[in-house]
Amino acid sequence: MKFSDEFESRFAEMLTHYPTKRSALVPTLLYAQDEIGHLSDEVIAELARRVDLTELEVRNVISYYSMLTTKPRGKYNVQVCTNIACMLRGGEELLDHCKKKLDVGHKGTTGDGMFTLEEVECIGACSWAPAVQVNYDFHENLTTDKLDKVLDEYKKKGTQ
Amino acid sequence: MAARINNQEINNQQFQMASLVSHPDEVKVVSRRFGQGATDIDRYLALDGYKAVQKALSMKPDDIITQVKESGLRGRGGAGFNAGLKWSFVPKQSAKPKYILCNGDESEPGTCKDRLIFEHDPHSVIEGVMIAGIAVGSHTGYIYIRGEYRYLSVIMQKAIRDAYAKGFLGKNIFGSGYDFDVYWHGGAGAYEVGEESALMESLEGKRGIPRIRPPFPAVVGLWGGPTVINNAETLASVPHIILGGADWYAKLGTPKNGGTRLFCLSGHLVKPGVYELPMGYNLKKMIYEVGGGIPNGRALKAVVPGGSSTPVLTVDEIDIPMDFDSVGKAGSMLGSGGVVVLDDTTCIVKFALRTMKFYRHESCGWCIPCREGTDWLEKTLTRFHNGGGLKKDIDNIQYLAENMLGRTFCPLGDAAAMPTIAFVKKFRKEFEDHLEGRPCPFEKAGAELAAV
Repeated sequence: MKFSDEFESRFAEMLTHYPTKRSALVPTLLYAQDEIGHLSDEVIAELARRVDLTELEVRNVISYYSMLTTKPRGKYNVQVCTNIACMLRGGEELLDHCKKKLDVGHKGTTGDGMFTLEEVECIGACSWAPAVQVNYDFHENLTTDKLDKVLDEYKKKGTQ
Repeated sequence: MAARINNQEINNQQFQMASLVSHPDEVKVVSRRFGQGATDIDRYLALDGYKAVQKALSMKPDDIITQVKESGLRGRGGAGFNAGLKWSFVPKQSAKPKYILCNGDESEPGTCKDRLIFEHDPHSVIEGVMIAGIAVGSHTGYIYIRGEYRYLSVIMQKAIRDAYAKGFLGKNIFGSGYDFDVYWHGGAGAYEVGEESALMESLEGKRGIPRIRPPFPAVVGLWGGPTVINNAETLASVPHIILGGADWYAKLGTPKNGGTRLFCLSGHLVKPGVYELPMGYNLKKMIYEVGGGIPNGRALKAVVPGGSSTPVLTVDEIDIPMDFDSVGKAGSMLGSGGVVVLDDTTCIVKFALRTMKFYRHESCGWCIPCREGTDWLEKTLTRFHNGGGLKKDIDNIQYLAENMLGRTFCPLGDAAAMPTIAFVKKFRKEFEDHLEGRPCPFEKAGAELAAV
């Protein structure tokens, strides 16, 4: 199991921040997922060993947090918010548009592995609704046309 | 092709910042440094940064608590508890270390204010955490930021590193002999973790399920030590109170509701945005003047005044001052400052359904009334919105919601129940318009509705 140097130095430093090892678990899981793509059996076993927990205990934590996944996702995770503030300004239309354009449903991944679509709860962009987060990037005040351009940009970036 | 996110790339990326708005009625305290480049520590210092913490180091801890108490600063996360009073509950002597925990797990639908604080003024949060620590005799603070706000975590981690590099954090801060450490911590997607006891569980590396109280966190918190948990906006307000004085801050607002707060205006408005207004600012004026009124010539139908968990207000109920006590008197809550505005094209049943869908998704399942209640309410409301509702269902929705109230470890159950009760009580007619096979009167003709 090989993580990046950045991951290793962050993890080593984080362990010094808390009186218990497992305290570093939640952010570490997310950083590990960023590097490997998903929380594979191998990642879970490795992190469990590092924080002195059983794999089951780690899986228990993973299943609670909506951003963590044990299944592979596409290169770009398109997270469309349809919660109240976004709903009032067209969030559902954006989701429907994505479903048609990408030809996948909620948590579905396109055949080329480029995009995963996800309907998500409030991402904290209410005053700039409707909003979509692609991986960690916010895209706000969207229309279907603007979203098309955003997705095309990612596709271009992803095929390079 | 697996997703691989390059964090180095995120670190170096220039983020497209959320757009700022302004209005002449704004009184800028916590937003004073927005747009001023204060993420840079030298710029922050030039804008009076880290002066308040140095002043606090020269004060008696009890005097800091008294100042904050008298400023009338109340919890900006939603509960509205007097921050100084909360600090005063921490025991003076403790065998276990004491902790300060900044709650930046902002995720109440309608709320997007802490995001701007982290984005524009991260050092003010660090400084607030330090002052809270000095006041209660703690030497360690954690700043918890929700996982979705990765770019803000990058900003905050850098801010903390810069503060260490200047010697503002660590051993012997500002030559005072006082040691104080601040650490960043990140979440991974969970609304419930914004609840204080679940937040502590999450920081301890566990599922974010709530703890029973008492004992309260001020006595038994993180790893069993006394812990002060405050919202990011609350803590970012503290340095301004220490520098400006309790009187000055208190007078900005209304009695017992000191200062200003960030209001996140969203929904059907001409000029949505985050505005800093004095406590007690009139809601009607906030909608029609600050927010620019309702677009497309539509009329106002309802307002959710403080995030999705607060009971809805009708058009006749909005001529009220926006402070904790006044909104409480009007039968709702000031909450987390998320003002969601609905025009007359909005279907209340659908809005209630979307609200409930959220709480069902976020319920951790620890307490049965919340786990089962949110699920049944979502199912009932879905059926209702599809036209499959019966008249007796309307009372049943209210009955179910009322029986969730006060019967859970954490307030998520209440947060789901309270708005539901208000939707049914105040918009009963709209529920009746959906009965017995009638399609939603607000849905476009031919629209497909999800089957139960």
